Amino acid sequence: MFGFLGPNGAGKTTTMRMIQCISPVTGGSLEVLDMDVSTCQREIKSHMGVVPQENNLDEDFTVYENLLVYSRYFDIPKDEAEKRVEELLDFVQLLEKKDVMTESLSGGMKRRLVLARALINRPDVLILDEPTVGLDPQARHLIWEKLRNLKKQGVTIVLTSHYLDEVEKLCDRLVVMDNGKILVEGSPMGVIEEFIGSDIIEAENNPELLECLQQKEAKYEIIGDTVHIYADNAREISEFLLMECSLSKISARPATLEDVFLKLTGRRLRE
Amino acid sequence: MNPVDYFSIPSVSSRSFKVWQRNKDVFIKNIKLNFLPPFIEPILYLLALGFGLGKFVESIDGVPYARFIAPALIAVSVMYASFFECSYSSYVRMYYQKTFDAMIATPLTIEDVIAGELLWGATRSMINATVMIPVIALFGLIDLKYAVLIIPFAFMGGLLFAAIGMCFTAITPNIMSINYPVLLFITPMFLFSGTFFPLSALPVPIQYFATAFLPLTHIVNVIRTLSYGMLSSSLIFDVAWILFVGIALLVLSINLMKRRLII
Repeated sequence: MFGFLGPNGAGKTTTMRMIQCISPVTGGSLEVLDMDVSTCQREIKSHMGVVPQENNLDEDFTVYENLLVYSRYFDIPKDEAEKRVEELLDFVQLLEKKDVMTESLSGGMKRRLVLARALINRPDVLILDEPTVGLDPQARHLIWEKLRNLKKQGVTIVLTSHYLDEVEKLCDRLVVMDNGKILVEGSPMGVIEEFIGSDIIEAENNPELLECLQQKEAKYEIIGDTVHIYADNAREISEFLLMECSLSKISARPATLEDVFLKLTGRRLRE
Repeated sequence: MNPVDYFSIPSVSSRSFKVWQRNKDVFIKNIKLNFLPPFIEPILYLLALGFGLGKFVESIDGVPYARFIAPALIAVSVMYASFFECSYSSYVRMYYQKTFDAMIATPLTIEDVIAGELLWGATRSMINATVMIPVIALFGLIDLKYAVLIIPFAFMGGLLFAAIGMCFTAITPNIMSINYPVLLFITPMFLFSGTFFPLSALPVPIQYFATAFLPLTHIVNVIRTLSYGMLSSSLIFDVAWILFVGIALLVLSINLMKRRLII
């Protein structure tokens, strides 16, 4: 499972659309399943499942019809398609909703149905563009469970997400990108260790502390009224800081992908 | 895009049939509602205009007024069915329902999707003509000798208006703006294409303008001639005009939609 991270406008969705053979590749080359995206569109797309950022279920049809009509676009024979639709509706726990029009489904149900639809052709590659955006925790956990399940079955999953905990939990490898450039690549743990260290100590921002940190040549960053101190051994350093720098309030926590993300892409707001 | 590219031949596959099939399935789901207009509309128009207004009109070219406008009603329905299907309805599917986005994530290409939409638009024109012919025949206003030829011809004319609708869908900034071509192009055509009075009643320059630039003129001509139970060599010109303009616009509409949807 591979993750693309980056702020809004970083180029994640464009990359996804190039992988799906929709947006043209204007420079370099891109191969999916050993096939060139500019020449083998149909072949690549027949082996690919897509969960787009925006739900695009067919509102003119019921849940069941949505999957059946979609199966025709892949030339799946009707008997086989009917079997798969039942299986997939069971997989995403929507069997009892099969005759409901899609517009009356909840957000979480729609997302699950989009996931089921992406699996109708038994894809080798599954593209997920922010699969759990706007869902409640229950629905997110259910989708994660299904994705882990698919990963076990050997499906290659490519994911973009703003939820960094999601990427940290699910992905084996990831890149952080901004302005169309890859800033870093690696496993979630690897990236965290490389850029932050294993722990972060948060302390109140005061001039005394900063002076002290400068003396000790510590790695730190000022964020508003707090200071983040990057460390590999939080306990030792906290004790040291408490003793040497006369601090009042500090807390230590393990570093997360979010710290890496903010460090690499900055804290200013994106449109 | 280079100007020449707008007329480059798009690669359409037989998969466009799947798109046609999808639209057909939605049509069948609402079949009662969809079959009502081609039943009701000709009856209303024939009663009001044919028999009401027609009382005050002696005859046109020796033909009773109701019999004169009956074929025009079919022609107008051919125009409306495919134009509206490929303008407002296609726009809704493209922009609001994102149906096209979902389709091009499958082995279908954007060319297949648009071709399927155009074929479906033309099919709707053909369905309307097929329903209207027997209704008008019940009033005894159509000669059945060549009437069956109107059905495939409705498909051909339907393709032309489907392409016109799709071109506007491709360039319109939003759904409201489709009202402009309706008001400035479709509605004048409805009135000034030899539909409710013969073209010869108009000043000569306007007659030429209508023949050169208003597609409905040719559709009305062909359907009227066929419904009088006649064949005429002038039909060759009309059909050639429809084929030539139709093919050019079909190609253009697919390329315009491609430009709109890919990037």
